[in-house]
Amino acid sequence: MKEYLELYWAFFRIGGLTFGGGLSMLPMLKYELVEKKKWVSEEQLLDCYAVGQCTPGIIAVNTATYVGYLKKGLAGAIWGTAGMISPSILLITTLCLFLNNFMDNVWVQHALMGIKGVVCALMLNTVISLAKKSLVSPLCVVIGIAATILAMFTDVPTVLIVVVAAIVGIIYEKIKGGAKHE
Amino acid sequence: MNNLIWLLFYEFFKIGLFAVGGGPATIPYLMDLAEKYDWFTMEDVTNMIAISESTPGPLGLNMATYVGVDALGVFGGAWASIALTIPSIIVIVLVAKFLNNFSQNRWVKAAFYTIRPAVAGLIAAAVYNVFVVSLFVEQAGEKVLAIKTCILFVIVFALMKVKKLGKLHPVVWLIGAALVGIIFQF
Repeated sequence: MKEYLELYWAFFRIGGLTFGGGLSMLPMLKYELVEKKKWVSEEQLLDCYAVGQCTPGIIAVNTATYVGYLKKGLAGAIWGTAGMISPSILLITTLCLFLNNFMDNVWVQHALMGIKGVVCALMLNTVISLAKKSLVSPLCVVIGIAATILAMFTDVPTVLIVVVAAIVGIIYEKIKGGAKHE
Repeated sequence: MNNLIWLLFYEFFKIGLFAVGGGPATIPYLMDLAEKYDWFTMEDVTNMIAISESTPGPLGLNMATYVGVDALGVFGGAWASIALTIPSIIVIVLVAKFLNNFSQNRWVKAAFYTIRPAVAGLIAAAVYNVFVVSLFVEQAGEKVLAIKTCILFVIVFALMKVKKLGKLHPVVWLIGAALVGIIFQF
Protein backbone atom coordinates (compact mmCIF):
# COMPACT_ATOMS: atom_id res chain seq x y z
CA MET A 1 0.00 0.00 0.00
CA LYS A 2 2.80 2.35 0.88
CA GLU A 3 4.29 1.95 -2.58
CA TYR A 4 0.98 2.73 -4.24
CA LEU A 5 0.63 5.90 -2.20
CA GLU A 6 4.17 6.83 -3.08
CA LEU A 7 3.32 6.44 -6.79
CA TYR A 8 0.17 8.49 -6.30
CA TRP A 9 1.99 11.28 -4.49
CA ALA A 10 4.89 11.46 -6.96
CA PHE A 11 2.51 11.92 -9.89
CA PHE A 12 0.34 14.28 -7.85
CA ARG A 13 3.38 16.54 -7.47
CA ILE A 14 4.24 16.30 -11.17
CA GLY A 15 0.65 17.08 -12.22
CA GLY A 16 0.33 19.91 -9.74
CA LEU A 17 3.60 21.66 -10.47
CA THR A 18 3.95 21.64 -14.24
CA PHE A 19 2.23 24.09 -16.51
CA GLY A 20 1.19 23.28 -20.04
CA GLY A 21 1.49 19.48 -20.05
CA GLY A 22 3.05 17.55 -22.91
CA LEU A 23 6.69 18.30 -23.59
CA SER A 24 7.01 20.94 -20.88
CA MET A 25 6.51 18.12 -18.39
CA LEU A 26 9.66 16.22 -19.39
CA PRO A 27 12.17 18.02 -17.11
CA MET A 28 9.88 17.55 -14.10
CA LEU A 29 9.32 13.87 -14.92
CA LYS A 30 13.05 13.36 -15.28
CA TYR A 31 13.77 15.01 -11.94
CA GLU A 32 11.11 13.10 -10.00
CA LEU A 33 11.22 9.67 -11.63
CA VAL A 34 14.81 9.27 -12.82
CA GLU A 35 16.91 11.34 -10.45
CA LYS A 36 14.96 11.36 -7.18
CA LYS A 37 13.01 8.09 -7.11
CA LYS A 38 15.19 6.11 -9.56
CA TRP A 39 12.06 4.24 -10.68
CA VAL A 40 12.98 4.29 -14.37
CA SER A 41 16.12 5.00 -16.38
CA GLU A 42 16.30 8.01 -18.63
CA GLU A 43 16.01 5.74 -21.69
CA GLN A 44 12.88 4.14 -20.29
CA LEU A 45 11.39 7.57 -19.67
CA LEU A 46 12.05 8.61 -23.27
CA ASP A 47 10.47 5.32 -24.41
CA CYS A 48 7.40 6.15 -22.32
CA TYR A 49 7.28 9.50 -24.02
CA ALA A 50 7.53 7.98 -27.49
CA VAL A 51 4.77 5.49 -26.66
CA GLY A 52 2.71 8.28 -25.06
CA GLN A 53 2.87 10.25 -28.28
CA CYS A 54 1.87 7.35 -30.53
CA THR A 55 -1.07 6.27 -28.43
CA PRO A 56 -4.33 8.12 -28.00
CA GLY A 57 -4.91 10.24 -24.94
CA ILE A 58 -3.08 12.92 -23.07
CA ILE A 59 0.69 12.43 -23.09
CA ALA A 60 1.16 13.18 -19.38
CA VAL A 61 -1.52 10.67 -18.43
CA ASN A 62 -0.05 8.05 -20.75
CA THR A 63 3.37 8.52 -19.16
CA ALA A 64 1.94 8.18 -15.63
CA THR A 65 0.12 4.99 -16.65
CA TYR A 66 3.21 3.52 -18.30
CA VAL A 67 5.57 4.24 -15.39
CA GLY A 68 2.98 3.03 -12.87
CA TYR A 69 2.57 -0.17 -14.88
CA LEU A 70 6.32 -0.79 -15.05
CA LYS A 71 6.54 -0.33 -11.27
CA LYS A 72 3.49 -2.17 -9.94
CA GLY A 73 1.41 -3.62 -12.79
CA LEU A 74 -2.20 -2.65 -13.43
CA ALA A 75 -2.83 -1.34 -9.91
CA GLY A 76 0.30 0.80 -10.20
CA ALA A 77 -0.94 2.18 -13.53
CA ILE A 78 -4.24 3.18 -11.92
CA TRP A 79 -2.61 4.77 -8.85
CA GLY A 80 -0.08 6.71 -10.94
CA THR A 81 -2.80 8.00 -13.26
CA ALA A 82 -5.06 8.94 -10.35
CA GLY A 83 -2.19 10.95 -8.89
CA MET A 84 -1.60 12.73 -12.19
CA ILE A 85 -5.24 13.78 -12.64
CA SER A 86 -6.05 14.73 -9.02
CA PRO A 87 -4.47 18.22 -8.97
CA SER A 88 -6.28 19.28 -12.17
CA ILE A 89 -9.61 18.06 -10.85
CA LEU A 90 -9.21 19.78 -7.47
CA LEU A 91 -7.84 23.03 -8.80
CA ILE A 92 -10.09 23.51 -11.82
CA THR A 93 -13.24 22.49 -9.93
CA THR A 94 -12.48 25.06 -7.22
CA LEU A 95 -11.71 27.68 -9.85
CA CYS A 96 -14.94 27.03 -11.77
CA LEU A 97 -17.15 27.32 -8.71
CA PHE A 98 -15.52 30.62 -7.92
CA LEU A 99 -15.44 31.88 -11.52
CA ASN A 100 -19.10 31.46 -12.39
CA ASN A 101 -20.22 34.35 -10.17
CA PHE A 102 -17.37 36.37 -11.43
CA MET A 103 -17.58 36.16 -15.23
CA ASP A 104 -20.34 38.79 -15.54
CA ASN A 105 -18.35 41.49 -13.77
CA VAL A 106 -17.50 44.44 -16.08
CA TRP A 107 -13.81 44.45 -15.13
CA VAL A 108 -13.56 40.74 -15.78
CA GLN A 109 -15.18 41.30 -19.18
CA HIS A 110 -12.54 43.88 -20.08
CA ALA A 111 -9.78 41.56 -18.87
CA LEU A 112 -11.20 38.67 -20.91
CA MET A 113 -11.24 40.74 -24.12
CA GLY A 114 -7.51 41.32 -23.61
CA ILE A 115 -6.85 37.69 -22.71
CA LYS A 116 -8.55 36.55 -25.91
CA GLY A 117 -5.97 38.38 -27.98
CA VAL A 118 -3.19 36.44 -26.26
CA VAL A 119 -5.04 33.13 -26.59
CA CYS A 120 -5.19 33.75 -30.36
CA ALA A 121 -1.44 34.41 -30.46
CA LEU A 122 -0.66 31.30 -28.36
CA MET A 123 -2.86 29.08 -30.50
CA LEU A 124 -1.40 30.44 -33.73
CA ASN A 125 2.08 29.59 -32.42
CA THR A 126 0.94 26.07 -31.50
CA VAL A 127 -0.40 25.49 -35.02
CA ILE A 128 2.74 26.86 -36.65
CA SER A 129 5.05 24.62 -34.62
CA LEU A 130 2.80 21.59 -35.18
CA ALA A 131 2.76 22.27 -38.92
CA LYS A 132 6.56 22.56 -39.00
CA LYS A 133 6.91 19.21 -37.25
CA SER A 134 4.28 17.30 -39.19
CA LEU A 135 4.23 18.66 -42.75
CA VAL A 136 7.43 16.90 -43.77
CA SER A 137 6.48 15.65 -47.26
CA PRO A 138 4.07 16.51 -50.09
CA LEU A 139 1.73 13.71 -48.93
CA CYS A 140 1.67 15.18 -45.42
CA VAL A 141 0.94 18.67 -46.77
CA VAL A 142 -1.99 17.33 -48.82
CA ILE A 143 -3.39 15.50 -45.79
CA GLY A 144 -2.94 18.54 -43.55
CA ILE A 145 -4.76 20.83 -45.99
CA ALA A 146 -7.50 18.27 -46.62
CA ALA A 147 -8.08 17.83 -42.87
CA THR A 148 -8.24 21.60 -42.35
CA ILE A 149 -10.79 22.07 -45.16
CA LEU A 150 -12.94 19.11 -44.06
CA ALA A 151 -12.98 20.28 -40.44
CA MET A 152 -13.78 23.88 -41.37
CA PHE A 153 -16.45 23.48 -44.04
CA THR A 154 -18.06 20.08 -43.60
CA ASP A 155 -19.70 18.04 -40.85
CA VAL A 156 -17.37 15.06 -41.32
CA PRO A 157 -16.73 13.70 -37.80
CA THR A 158 -13.29 14.53 -36.38
CA VAL A 159 -12.74 10.90 -35.44
CA LEU A 160 -13.30 9.81 -39.04
CA ILE A 161 -10.65 12.25 -40.32
CA VAL A 162 -8.06 10.80 -37.93
CA VAL A 163 -8.95 7.20 -38.78
CA VAL A 164 -8.82 7.83 -42.55
CA ALA A 165 -5.45 9.57 -42.18
CA ALA A 166 -4.09 6.51 -40.36
CA ILE A 167 -5.37 4.19 -43.10
CA VAL A 168 -3.80 6.37 -45.81
CA GLY A 169 -0.46 6.14 -43.99
CA ILE A 170 -0.64 2.36 -43.74
CA ILE A 171 -1.62 1.96 -47.43
CA TYR A 172 1.17 4.31 -48.44
CA GLU A 173 3.68 2.26 -46.45
CA LYS A 174 2.36 -0.93 -48.04
CA ILE A 175 2.73 0.45 -51.58
CA LYS A 176 6.18 1.86 -50.80
CA GLY A 177 7.25 -1.42 -49.16
CA GLY A 178 5.86 -3.44 -52.09
CA ALA A 179 7.73 -1.32 -54.62
CA LYS A 180 10.95 -1.82 -52.64
CA HIS A 181 10.65 -5.61 -52.68
CA GLU A 182 9.97 -5.98 -56.39
CA MET B 1 -30.09 13.52 -15.62
CA ASN B 2 -29.00 9.93 -15.69
CA ASN B 3 -28.68 10.19 -19.46
CA LEU B 4 -26.52 13.28 -19.19
CA ILE B 5 -24.10 11.45 -16.90
CA TRP B 6 -23.57 8.65 -19.41
CA LEU B 7 -23.51 11.01 -22.38
CA LEU B 8 -20.75 13.04 -20.75
CA PHE B 9 -18.83 9.87 -19.97
CA TYR B 10 -19.24 8.59 -23.53
CA GLU B 11 -18.14 11.86 -25.14
CA PHE B 12 -15.01 12.21 -23.00
CA PHE B 13 -14.15 8.53 -23.33
CA LYS B 14 -14.28 9.08 -27.09
CA ILE B 15 -12.00 12.11 -26.85
CA GLY B 16 -9.54 10.09 -24.74
CA LEU B 17 -9.58 7.36 -27.34
CA PHE B 18 -9.15 9.52 -30.43
CA ALA B 19 -7.28 12.66 -29.37
CA VAL B 20 -3.82 11.59 -30.51
CA GLY B 21 -1.00 13.97 -29.73
CA GLY B 22 -1.96 15.28 -26.32
CA GLY B 23 -3.58 18.48 -25.05
CA PRO B 24 -4.14 20.67 -28.12
CA ALA B 25 -5.56 17.66 -29.99
CA THR B 26 -8.54 17.72 -27.61
CA ILE B 27 -9.56 21.21 -28.76
CA PRO B 28 -11.18 20.18 -32.09
CA TYR B 29 -13.22 17.55 -30.24
CA LEU B 30 -14.32 20.06 -27.60
CA MET B 31 -15.49 22.39 -30.37
CA ASP B 32 -17.53 19.53 -31.83
CA LEU B 33 -19.15 19.14 -28.40
CA ALA B 34 -19.89 22.87 -28.20
CA GLU B 35 -21.76 22.60 -31.51
CA LYS B 36 -23.56 19.39 -30.62
CA TYR B 37 -24.73 20.08 -27.05
CA ASP B 38 -25.61 23.11 -24.96
CA TRP B 39 -23.12 22.22 -22.21
CA PHE B 40 -20.87 25.12 -23.12
CA THR B 41 -20.21 27.55 -25.99
CA MET B 42 -17.27 28.11 -28.35
CA GLU B 43 -16.46 31.17 -26.27
CA ASP B 44 -16.20 28.95 -23.18
CA VAL B 45 -13.64 26.83 -25.03
CA THR B 46 -11.52 29.95 -25.58
CA ASN B 47 -11.80 30.85 -21.88
CA MET B 48 -10.84 27.27 -21.00
CA ILE B 49 -7.68 27.56 -23.10
CA ALA B 50 -6.70 30.71 -21.19
CA ILE B 51 -7.41 29.07 -17.82
CA SER B 52 -5.58 25.86 -18.75
CA GLU B 53 -2.53 27.79 -19.90
CA SER B 54 -2.35 29.60 -16.58
CA THR B 55 -2.93 26.67 -14.22
CA PRO B 56 -0.75 23.63 -13.68
CA GLY B 57 -1.66 20.28 -15.17
CA PRO B 58 -2.10 19.04 -18.72
CA LEU B 59 -4.37 21.11 -20.97
CA GLY B 60 -6.68 18.25 -21.99
CA LEU B 61 -7.34 17.25 -18.41
CA ASN B 62 -8.05 20.79 -17.27
CA MET B 63 -10.49 21.16 -20.14
CA ALA B 64 -12.31 17.96 -19.19
CA THR B 65 -12.64 19.09 -15.58
CA TYR B 66 -13.86 22.53 -16.65
CA VAL B 67 -16.46 21.16 -19.04
CA GLY B 68 -17.56 18.53 -16.53
CA VAL B 69 -18.13 21.10 -13.78
CA ASP B 70 -19.99 23.34 -16.23
CA ALA B 71 -22.31 20.52 -17.28
CA LEU B 72 -22.78 18.53 -14.09
CA GLY B 73 -21.31 20.42 -11.13
CA VAL B 74 -18.53 19.26 -8.81
CA PHE B 75 -19.10 15.58 -9.53
CA GLY B 76 -18.94 16.23 -13.28
CA GLY B 77 -15.38 17.53 -13.12
CA ALA B 78 -13.98 14.31 -11.69
CA TRP B 79 -16.33 12.24 -13.84
CA ALA B 80 -15.27 13.77 -17.17
CA SER B 81 -11.58 13.57 -16.21
CA ILE B 82 -11.89 9.89 -15.35
CA ALA B 83 -13.75 9.20 -18.60
CA LEU B 84 -10.93 10.92 -20.48
CA THR B 85 -8.21 8.82 -18.83
CA ILE B 86 -9.75 5.33 -18.97
CA PRO B 87 -8.87 4.77 -22.66
CA SER B 88 -5.25 5.74 -21.84
CA ILE B 89 -5.06 3.18 -19.06
CA ILE B 90 -6.49 0.41 -21.24
CA VAL B 91 -4.35 1.20 -24.30
CA ILE B 92 -1.08 1.77 -22.43
CA VAL B 93 -1.42 -1.35 -20.29
CA LEU B 94 -2.10 -3.43 -23.43
CA VAL B 95 0.84 -1.85 -25.25
CA ALA B 96 3.17 -2.37 -22.27
CA LYS B 97 2.05 -5.95 -21.90
CA PHE B 98 1.99 -7.21 -25.47
CA LEU B 99 4.01 -4.96 -27.71
CA ASN B 100 7.71 -4.49 -27.37
CA ASN B 101 9.07 -1.52 -29.26
CA PHE B 102 5.57 -0.33 -30.07
CA SER B 103 6.72 3.09 -31.16
CA GLN B 104 9.34 1.52 -33.46
CA ASN B 105 6.81 -0.76 -35.18
CA ARG B 106 6.70 -0.18 -38.94
CA TRP B 107 2.91 0.09 -39.20
CA VAL B 108 2.55 2.28 -36.12
CA LYS B 109 5.14 4.62 -37.58
CA ALA B 110 3.36 4.58 -40.96
CA ALA B 111 0.01 5.46 -39.41
CA PHE B 112 1.48 8.28 -37.34
CA TYR B 113 3.30 9.70 -40.34
CA THR B 114 -0.11 10.71 -41.74
CA ILE B 115 -2.06 11.12 -38.48
CA ARG B 116 0.23 13.98 -37.39
CA PRO B 117 -0.51 16.29 -40.34
CA ALA B 118 -4.22 15.45 -40.08
CA VAL B 119 -4.22 16.45 -36.41
CA ALA B 120 -2.33 19.64 -37.26
CA GLY B 121 -5.07 20.39 -39.82
CA LEU B 122 -7.83 19.71 -37.29
CA ILE B 123 -6.17 22.03 -34.79
CA ALA B 124 -5.76 24.70 -37.47
CA ALA B 125 -9.52 24.57 -38.11
CA ALA B 126 -10.16 24.77 -34.35
CA VAL B 127 -7.90 27.80 -34.11
CA TYR B 128 -9.92 29.45 -36.87
CA ASN B 129 -12.98 29.00 -34.62
CA VAL B 130 -11.07 30.47 -31.67
CA PHE B 131 -10.27 33.50 -33.84
CA VAL B 132 -13.91 33.97 -34.84
CA VAL B 133 -15.20 33.97 -31.26
CA SER B 134 -12.27 35.97 -29.89
CA LEU B 135 -11.76 38.72 -32.42
CA PHE B 136 -15.40 39.54 -33.14
CA VAL B 137 -18.07 40.85 -30.76
CA GLU B 138 -21.81 40.85 -31.15
CA GLN B 139 -23.23 44.38 -31.45
CA ALA B 140 -26.93 44.93 -32.19
CA GLY B 141 -27.13 41.42 -33.62
CA GLU B 142 -24.17 41.90 -35.93
CA LYS B 143 -20.62 40.56 -35.73
CA VAL B 144 -18.22 43.46 -35.40
CA LEU B 145 -14.44 43.26 -35.35
CA ALA B 146 -13.12 43.82 -31.81
CA ILE B 147 -10.42 46.25 -32.90
CA LYS B 148 -8.55 46.59 -29.60
CA THR B 149 -8.32 42.81 -29.16
CA CYS B 150 -7.10 42.44 -32.76
CA ILE B 151 -4.38 45.04 -32.26
CA LEU B 152 -3.25 43.35 -29.04
CA PHE B 153 -3.20 39.97 -30.82
CA VAL B 154 -0.95 41.27 -33.60
CA ILE B 155 1.39 43.02 -31.15
CA VAL B 156 1.68 39.99 -28.85
CA PHE B 157 2.22 37.62 -31.78
CA ALA B 158 5.02 39.84 -33.08
CA LEU B 159 6.59 40.20 -29.61
CA MET B 160 6.58 36.42 -29.15
CA LYS B 161 8.86 36.16 -32.17
CA VAL B 162 11.52 38.14 -30.29
CA LYS B 163 13.87 35.44 -29.02
CA LYS B 164 14.01 36.31 -25.34
CA LEU B 165 10.33 37.17 -25.04
CA GLY B 166 9.28 33.95 -26.78
CA LYS B 167 10.56 32.00 -23.80
CA LEU B 168 8.25 33.81 -21.36
CA HIS B 169 5.65 31.66 -19.69
CA PRO B 170 2.16 31.97 -21.27
CA VAL B 171 0.77 33.04 -17.89
CA VAL B 172 2.90 36.21 -18.06
CA TRP B 173 1.28 37.18 -21.37
CA LEU B 174 -2.18 36.33 -20.11
CA ILE B 175 -1.84 38.44 -16.95
CA GLY B 176 -0.35 41.28 -18.98
CA ALA B 177 -3.25 41.12 -21.44
CA ALA B 178 -5.81 41.10 -18.62
CA LEU B 179 -4.25 44.28 -17.20
CA VAL B 180 -4.14 45.93 -20.64
CA GLY B 181 -7.77 44.96 -21.15
CA ILE B 182 -8.81 46.56 -17.87
CA ILE B 183 -6.69 49.71 -18.26
CA PHE B 184 -7.74 50.44 -21.84
CA GLN B 185 -11.37 49.38 -21.32
CA PHE B 186 -11.46 46.70 -24.05
